[in-house]
Amino acid sequence: MDAITVIERCRQEEISLGELALRLEGEQNGASPDEVLDRVEQMLVVMERAAHEALAKPVRSVSGLTGGDAYRYDQYRKEGRSILGEAASMAMAFALSSSETNAAMGRIVACPTAGSCGILPAALFSMAHTHTFSRRQLQDAFLAAGVVGMIIDEHASLAGAQGGCQAECGSAAAMAAAAVVQLMGGSPAQCFHAGAIAIKNMLGLVCDPVAGLVEIPCIKRNAGGVLQALGAADLALSGVESYIPFDDTVEAMNRVGNAMPAALRETALGGLATTASGKEMRERIYGA
Amino acid sequence: MPNSIFDIMGPIMIGPSSSHTAGAARLGKMAYKLSGGDVAQADIYLHGSFAATYRGHGTDKALVAGLLNLSPWDERLRDAFSLAEERGLSYRFIPTDLGDVHPNTVRFVITGHNGDQSEIMGSSIGGGQVVVSEIDGLRVRFTGERPILITRHADTPGVISAIATLLYERNINIGNMTVNRSRQDHAASMYIEIDSLCQEDLTSRIRQIPGILRVKLLLPIEERLPAQF
Repeated sequence: MDAITVIERCRQEEISLGELALRLEGEQNGASPDEVLDRVEQMLVVMERAAHEALAKPVRSVSGLTGGDAYRYDQYRKEGRSILGEAASMAMAFALSSSETNAAMGRIVACPTAGSCGILPAALFSMAHTHTFSRRQLQDAFLAAGVVGMIIDEHASLAGAQGGCQAECGSAAAMAAAAVVQLMGGSPAQCFHAGAIAIKNMLGLVCDPVAGLVEIPCIKRNAGGVLQALGAADLALSGVESYIPFDDTVEAMNRVGNAMPAALRETALGGLATTASGKEMRERIYGA
Repeated sequence: MPNSIFDIMGPIMIGPSSSHTAGAARLGKMAYKLSGGDVAQADIYLHGSFAATYRGHGTDKALVAGLLNLSPWDERLRDAFSLAEERGLSYRFIPTDLGDVHPNTVRFVITGHNGDQSEIMGSSIGGGQVVVSEIDGLRVRFTGERPILITRHADTPGVISAIATLLYERNINIGNMTVNRSRQDHAASMYIEIDSLCQEDLTSRIRQIPGILRVKLLLPIEERLPAQF
């Protein structure tokens, strides 16, 4: 499956990406639309809780390295001091909350991974708070993100250990960008332009977690990732197109991932993990 | 190629890592099931990345939670150690080198309350997906998706054919099988993956076959959330 064939099928059958996902689940797995939507709704409920959990009160990670930033940022935002608009600032708060909840052993939905679990919920629920959508529209947007993720998984990778952070937060941003475009009424082609722009802007991002934990820099990369997603969606909705089509950006992401040294693929042997401060934090947790 | 959107979205899980937390809980749960749900003591050997980072990722709590039959989404996973104490499950973690295996590999040596021992080795291969590669010394490839049968039987002609006939009579298709023999005690072990769920009496019928020493049936690992949670 690739974006070109998906766009063509959506055009012929006059359906959205989300509707296509429902049809694919039926064709490939025999699942009824109701079964699929029930499962999607269950995930949306978990996502929404995690997106709010660390805003209500400060949450600390199990390692003690991180926490409290979602709460801090949300307070600042609520005081009207954010230099960003309502949707973008809310999205950053939600992304931080989900990721901090994850680091604190709270319940989240891996989408596509636990390390990138904040991006799609932040995009969906910041849009839901600033616009009026039905629950079904949110479910459809979730499904649209899933189609984009399936294509990336087939032609590249969604794992930081294989493709670096571009594979996790980059993919999540592409998925979220497509979901937002669909929510706002964009076409399937526009969804993939948004996805392509998001991937291009996060291409080459390495996976270099301090002490090997899903905390530094992962939590803030989720906040950055959702801004990339909203930006890419906004460009696509205005009619801006990606000169490099989505399938080519995925192919490039795959080659870039393969060219990445192992030290920058989730081994904690390079990048931020091996800075003086990164090593000092590692020693604090595991001993010298 | 992913077949379903749910290969990409999900699982619903307790953080922080799909491979080091959700996958670890799944492996623990498989070990629980494979040991017949009777775990008094567990030696847990950790290899590679599991050995290096298990504390920071909550891999230790997740493994113990699995051994208590909890699913990756269960919030009690965080309190697995105190839950284990309540239920009288003792365990120890032993970082080690298990050789040429996946970086996220764990080996359980489990002793039941009746003194029975079982050994299970498995790996967390990404996104929460897991594969069990060894059960009681037998090489297998069990992902928890389809039911499996494990037998230990006399290494004589006819035993395997009797089992296969029994499955055929019930219209159960065999997807995969491995046989391993040991010269010392003239016994063989067999692992069979079957396509469909089997009737309740299947294991007792297999047990009646002459030469059968032991039968284990493992159903697919069910971990769907309840509708209200």
